[in-house]
Amino acid sequence: MYNFDVERPQSIADAVQALSREDAQPLSGGQTLIPTLKARLAAPSVLVSLGDVDEMKGVCMSDGGQLCIGGATTHATVAAEAAAHYPALASLAARIGDPAVRNRGTIGGSVANNDPSACYPAGVLGSGATVVTNAREIAADDYFQGMFTTALEEGEIVTEVKFPIPQAAHYEKFLQPASRFPLVAAFVARFSDGVRVAITGASNDGVFRWSEAEAALASNFSASALDGLSVDSTDMISDLHGTAEYRAHLIGVMTKRAVAAIG
Amino acid sequence: MTQVKMTVNGKAASGDVEGRTLLSQFLRDDLGLTGTHVGCDTSQCGACVVHVNGEAVKSCTMLAVEAEGAEVATIEGQANADGSLNAIQQAFQDHHGLQCGFCTPGMVMSAAALLKENPKPTEADVRHYLDGNICRCTGYHNIVKAIMAASGQDVSAIAAE
Repeated sequence: MYNFDVERPQSIADAVQALSREDAQPLSGGQTLIPTLKARLAAPSVLVSLGDVDEMKGVCMSDGGQLCIGGATTHATVAAEAAAHYPALASLAARIGDPAVRNRGTIGGSVANNDPSACYPAGVLGSGATVVTNAREIAADDYFQGMFTTALEEGEIVTEVKFPIPQAAHYEKFLQPASRFPLVAAFVARFSDGVRVAITGASNDGVFRWSEAEAALASNFSASALDGLSVDSTDMISDLHGTAEYRAHLIGVMTKRAVAAIG
Repeated sequence: MTQVKMTVNGKAASGDVEGRTLLSQFLRDDLGLTGTHVGCDTSQCGACVVHVNGEAVKSCTMLAVEAEGAEVATIEGQANADGSLNAIQQAFQDHHGLQCGFCTPGMVMSAAALLKENPKPTEADVRHYLDGNICRCTGYHNIVKAIMAASGQDVSAIAAE
């Protein structure tokens, strides 16, 4: 790992100020970033730790009925504190990595990194959540822009994510047991005005909505409504853990299981 | 270099570290607490698990400066005040929960975190909680049995495998 300075701001304003330094990068839970630094895949001159920014931590319900999660909130905290409000999202958080990883990793870090196999992007996109930054609010549909690519500008940090609460939802994850990331996972959320289906782990473009499945489920919310639907494997990830065709197949299986679990 | 101060196993500890110094390095190289093992250094194996403010974390995937002001607990602080093994450590010995012992510090620290959160775990709970702790020797059966025993549950029906 190349050396760097570490800044430890106490507020969002101070964090944004610190990030204006040359080659500065935010550090949230570090569960992806620190291994990346060890592999010398990134070489920031300054890491701005968000771990002391208390105004970015915590889970609460807004007056408008949205679940609001601070960007620096750990997966373990979401798993515990969101369970009463949004069980499907709490369950997603409870299955990320392992217990020690969940005690450090944060929702803001996961959403900012947008790993094509990460869990949270599926929950955020599948819920139609809003990503809040120090500068603006971004709808999930506009936020995720491809593998490791988001709408975030340089120096912009995810301070909060706001989730509307669906009538019912489920996250179905086909675990890749070595990495503990999903090989493929589906987040299905049923709202009064429609259904959202978000898929992670499958596409070279990162998380995406499976719109054909959403349309089919909107008129008939049952696993059988997905019979005959398939996803083109052309742009799917292919690696030693699974071919593109296998991942395309798993999308259908995971989505059906999620729908069946909702009932 | 930055000065970092924390409490480790109840005692004040401090040192000068680089930004990139990992908590595992600080514990081992600066404080000489080599019970915290570094197995993979890629946050997969869990041999380096310690507690920071009461929560299990992988000390190889946290910067030392991030532990500024924190209460850190390592395997060296787990024994009873008279030097005898604590209940979890004793159960690992009684139930042969280790072979080479390399993963054991992380296993014991994860077990302690589990039992604090869930004092009477099921066997499935224990196995699930150890997702991030890899053992290359035992096949896990006796580790699980030891943790069940340390929680005060009857393990006579769990086969020794």
